[in-house]
Amino acid sequence: MAEARFHVFRGYAKHGDLVTYQVPITEGMVVLDGIHYIQAHLDGTLACRWNCKAAKCGSCSAEVNGRPRLMCKTRVDEFGARPITVRPIKVFPLIKDLVTDVSWNYRVNQQIPPFTPDANDPGPWKMYPEDVERLYEFRKCIECFLCQDVCHVLREHEGMDRYMGPRFMVRIAALEMHPKDTRSRTDLLKGSGGIGFCNITKCCEEVCPEHIHITDNAIIPLKERMADDYFDPWRALLRLFGGKKEPRGT
Amino acid sequence: MADHTVPHPYAPSIPWWLQPAATVTILSGFIVYATWVALQGHGSYGSYLSPFYSPQVVVASIPISPAFWVLWAPAGFRATCYYYRKAYYRSYFADPISCMIPESRRRYAGETAFPFIVNNLHRYLLYAAVAVLVFLWIDAIHAFVFDGRVGIRLGSLLFLANVVLLSGYTLGCHAFRHLVGGNLDCFSCARGGQARFRLWQGVTPLNHYHAFWAWTSLFSVVAVDVYVRLLMAHVISDPVLF
Amino acid sequence: MTDWYETFEYDVVVIGAGGAGLRAAIAAAEAGCAVGLVCKSLLGKAHTVMAEGGIAAALGNVDPQDGWQVHFADTMRGGQMINDYRMVEIFAKEAPERVYELERWGGLFDRTPEGKILQRPFGAHTYRRLCHVGDRTGLELIRTLQDKAVHSGITVHMEVTFTRLLRDAERIAGAFGYRREDGRFVVFKAKAVILGTGGWGKVYKVTSNSWECTGDGCAMAYEAGAELMDMEMVQFHPTGMVWPPGVRGILVTEAVRGEGGILRNAKGERFMERYDPKKLDLSSRDVVSRAIYKEVQAGRGSPHGGAFLDISHRGAEVIKKKLPSMHEQFLKLADIDITRSPMEVAPTVHYVMGGVRVEAGTGASTVPGLYAAGEVAAGLHGANRLGGNSLSDLLVFGKRAGEHAAAYAKAVRTLPAVDGRQAAAERALLQRPFDASGGENPFTLHEELQDVMGTYAGIARTGEQLAEGLQKIVALQKRAEQLHAGGSMLFNPGWHACRDVRFMLTLCEAIFRSAIERKESRGAHWRLDCPDQDPTWGARNIVVAQSDGRMQVSTRPVPPVPADLTRLVRQGA
Repeated sequence: MAEARFHVFRGYAKHGDLVTYQVPITEGMVVLDGIHYIQAHLDGTLACRWNCKAAKCGSCSAEVNGRPRLMCKTRVDEFGARPITVRPIKVFPLIKDLVTDVSWNYRVNQQIPPFTPDANDPGPWKMYPEDVERLYEFRKCIECFLCQDVCHVLREHEGMDRYMGPRFMVRIAALEMHPKDTRSRTDLLKGSGGIGFCNITKCCEEVCPEHIHITDNAIIPLKERMADDYFDPWRALLRLFGGKKEPRGT
Repeated sequence: MADHTVPHPYAPSIPWWLQPAATVTILSGFIVYATWVALQGHGSYGSYLSPFYSPQVVVASIPISPAFWVLWAPAGFRATCYYYRKAYYRSYFADPISCMIPESRRRYAGETAFPFIVNNLHRYLLYAAVAVLVFLWIDAIHAFVFDGRVGIRLGSLLFLANVVLLSGYTLGCHAFRHLVGGNLDCFSCARGGQARFRLWQGVTPLNHYHAFWAWTSLFSVVAVDVYVRLLMAHVISDPVLF
Repeated sequence: MTDWYETFEYDVVVIGAGGAGLRAAIAAAEAGCAVGLVCKSLLGKAHTVMAEGGIAAALGNVDPQDGWQVHFADTMRGGQMINDYRMVEIFAKEAPERVYELERWGGLFDRTPEGKILQRPFGAHTYRRLCHVGDRTGLELIRTLQDKAVHSGITVHMEVTFTRLLRDAERIAGAFGYRREDGRFVVFKAKAVILGTGGWGKVYKVTSNSWECTGDGCAMAYEAGAELMDMEMVQFHPTGMVWPPGVRGILVTEAVRGEGGILRNAKGERFMERYDPKKLDLSSRDVVSRAIYKEVQAGRGSPHGGAFLDISHRGAEVIKKKLPSMHEQFLKLADIDITRSPMEVAPTVHYVMGGVRVEAGTGASTVPGLYAAGEVAAGLHGANRLGGNSLSDLLVFGKRAGEHAAAYAKAVRTLPAVDGRQAAAERALLQRPFDASGGENPFTLHEELQDVMGTYAGIARTGEQLAEGLQKIVALQKRAEQLHAGGSMLFNPGWHACRDVRFMLTLCEAIFRSAIERKESRGAHWRLDCPDQDPTWGARNIVVAQSDGRMQVSTRPVPPVPADLTRLVRQGA
C-alpha cells in the first residue's frame, strides 16, 4: 500500500519539533484521516481538535505545508509524493501539538454589542429576500479562525489588543447590515475594533474555507460606514444641522 | 505571540515575490510615464484628446501644464482605491509582502495614522473621478467625429475601449457600491430602496472584478496616450475603418 | 483534604452546548439562576452545526392549511405511536414560537417573496414545514443561540469533560470531570443539572455523527440511577456519503430530496415507487433506509453498495443557492459535481430516538434535580424521528428544561453536599489507564465495538444476532477494564478515549438488551424474525435502569392518547 510521509509538530509552547510518521494512503483520504491514523495506530497522545470531519464545524484548523487549512477538507492526494507538514495555527498560543488556545476569540466576541432589535416590534417580522440575502454569506462563517491566523496584523504585528481580526469584522458586518438591528457599531470599529489596522490585503479572503468575501463584502463596506460617521466632512456638516446619524433604513 | 513555529515555507506554484515585484515594476513605470506625459504640456491630435489632458483646463496666469489641473483627480482616485491600496501595501510596503511570509518591520499603524488614514476620503476622489469620466465620454464621442462627419478610425475604437474600461473601474468602486445602496440596512424600508437595491446589485459584479478593471484601464489609458503621441509625432497614421 | 480538584458552584449546570444545552442555559439564566454551561469542545462546534435541512414548525407560511394539529399527527405517525403524546402536543404547539424567537435573537432564514420565513418540504411532513437557511440551518441556530447566551450572563466552560454525575442520598449534587487541556480535575456543585449532551452515533462506524457523540450524558445519567427508554430505536438516515472510504457516513441532507432529488438504483429505476408510492422519496427515514437496504440486498445497488441520488435536473443555480454546502462537500471530498452527476448514498446512523426518560412538560429525569433535553432525552420521537423535528425539539424542550430546572433549583435552599468519595472513586477509574501496562488500545476497542454494532445491531436485526452481539459487547466490557493510555494527562486523546469507550459500551449494552426485548418491527427497529408490528408492543416502551450494579430491562405502558388527538392522527393517515 502506498504511504504518505507526515511531518507533524509535536510539543508544547516552550519546545517542540516535527515528528515524522508513515501513514498508509486510502482513496480520497484527507489530512485529518492521517492524523487519526497516527492517533489510533502510532501515538495516541497526538493532540488535535476536530468534530464533524465535514467542513462544517471549523475545529481542525492547522497549517498544512505552510498554508492555513481545514485538515478535514485538505486531500492528501493534492500533495502528490511530497511530504505533508502539519503545524498548529501560529497566531494563538500553543497548548500542545496541534491544539492552540483560541480563547481570545471568544473574549473578543463578547465585546461586540449583541443584536438589538426594536423592543416594540415583536414580530413575526417581514424581511424581504433582498434585505437579508447579503447577510447569509457572513452567517456561513464556521469560526475556524484561519483568517485570524493569516491576518498579518494579528500574526506579525501583535495586533490582538488593537484589532479584532477578520472573523469579527464579518460578525460585525452581519449585525450592522441586519435590517432589524437598531444599533450602530461604527464607534466600536473605529475604537477597540481597530478596523483601521486592516489594510485590506486580502490574505483572509484567500484562506476562507467558506469562500466568504471577507474584505470586499464585510470589511470594506464597514470601512465605508465608519467613513460616513467619522471621516466625511460633508456628512458631518449635515449631521450638525440635521442632528441625526446616518439614515440606513432601519 | 506564540513563538512555537519556525518560519513557514510557503509553497505555492509560483514564487511568492513574483507578484509584488511585478506590481512595483508596472506601477512605478506608470508613475514615471504619467509624470513625463504631464510635463509635455500638450496631448491632442485632431479629434483626439489624450486622457491625461482631459478636460482641458488652461489658467493663463499660471503657466503650468494643463495636465496638472486635472490629473490629481484620477491619480488620487487610484491612490486611495481599495484595490490599489492592497497592491501597494503588499508590494511597496511589504505589509505583508505575501500571505504567511514573516515581516521584519515592527511599527505598523495600518490606516489609523497619517498618511494612510487619508484613504478614508476615497469617496471624494470618486466624485472627482466621475466628473472626469464624463469628460472622457465626451472625448470618446468626439473621437468618432472627423471634420464634422462621423467616422470610425482605429483611434476611435481605442478611445471607446478606454472609456468603457475606465467606466467599469470607476463604477465598480467600493465607495460607489456603498453610496448607491450598500449603506442601507433595509432596502425594502428605505425611500427608493428598490431602485437602490438594483443599482447596488448592478455594481456588485463590477466590484467583484475591480482588480481586472483597475489594471486594464491603467493599460488602456497609457495605450491611448501613446497612440495619440505617435500620431502627433507622425510615426504612425490612423487607419480609417469606416 | 488538599484540593486535587477545582471547584465551581452554580444553581444550574448545563452539560452540553449544542442547541438544547444553549437554549436551556439561556432559559435558566433568564429565570435568574447562576448558570454554568459546560461543553466538551469549543463553544459553537457542537454536533448541532451538522443539522442541515431545517427546523420543523407549523408556521403555515407556505401552506396555510398547516397547523399544530397536522404537525402533531405527522410526528405521532412517524414515531409509530410509541411517542409520548404529551411531549408531541407541547412540541407541535410551541415550535412556531421558538422559531420566531430565534429570529428575534438575530437568526436568519430563507424568505418568501412576501417577506415571511420560507418553508421547504421534508420526509413525511404533510405540508411544507421546514424553516431553513440553505443547507446550514444548524449552524444558524447554534450561532444565534451562542451569541444570545454569551450576553445572558452565563459562564461557559469549554473543553471540560464530565465523567460522573454526583448525587447525595436522594438527588443530584453536581458533576465531576476533567479539563481536556491539562487533565485537571473539576467538581461542579449544582442544585440542578441539565443534560443536553446529544446522542451516541459514534457507537457505529458508518455515522453522520461527530466525535463528541459518545453518549456520555446518557451513560452518566444511567450510572446515576436514571431510567433510559426506547434505546433500541436508532435512526439510520437513508442518505449518507458512501465513497471515498474516508467520508463514508457523512450526511447528505434530506433537503436534497426536499428540493426535488430522486433516488434511483443501479438499473436506473425510481425504486421508491415500489416502497411508498404516495410519498416516494420523501417517505419517512426508516422506510427509505430500508428501501435502499433492500435494493442493495437484491443486487441493484450502486458500485459501492448504495443508491444514486440525483438533483442535477434542478440546475446549477438552484443547487448552489439551496444546497451550497452539499455542492462543496461532494466537489471537495468526492470529486463529484452534483449539479451534473448523481451522488452515491447509503444509510448512515444519524440519530437516537431513545435516551433518558423524562417527564413530558419539564424534562425532569427520574433522578431529582437531573433534567434532559434534546437528543439525549427520549419520548418525543418514538420509533422514528421526522427530519427537521430535532432542531425544534432542542428549542422547545431546551427552554422547558431550563425553566423547570431553574424553578427546581430555586426551591432547593442550599447546595447539596458533594460526596468526596464519589469524586475520588471516579478519579481512580480515570487514572487507571495510565497504570495498566500492555493493555488494550482504546481506539482499537472503539473500532471493535463499532464493528459489533454494525454487524449485530444494524438496520436489519434478528433475535439470534442480537443475542450474539450482546455477548460480544459484554466481552468487550471485560477487555475495557484493561484499557491503556500512554503519555500524560495534558490534552491526550488516547486517554480521553478510554472513558468514552466505557460509556459507549454501556449504551451498546442498553441498545442490545432493549432490541432483544422488542419482538416486533416498528419504525427504526426492524426485526427480520418478527417482521410485523405487534399492537401489544405498540402500547409499551422499553426501559432500562441500573439495579444492583446490573442492567435491568422492563416495560412501561405508552401514555394512552386521548380520543380527540387520536382522531387527528387518523384523519391524515
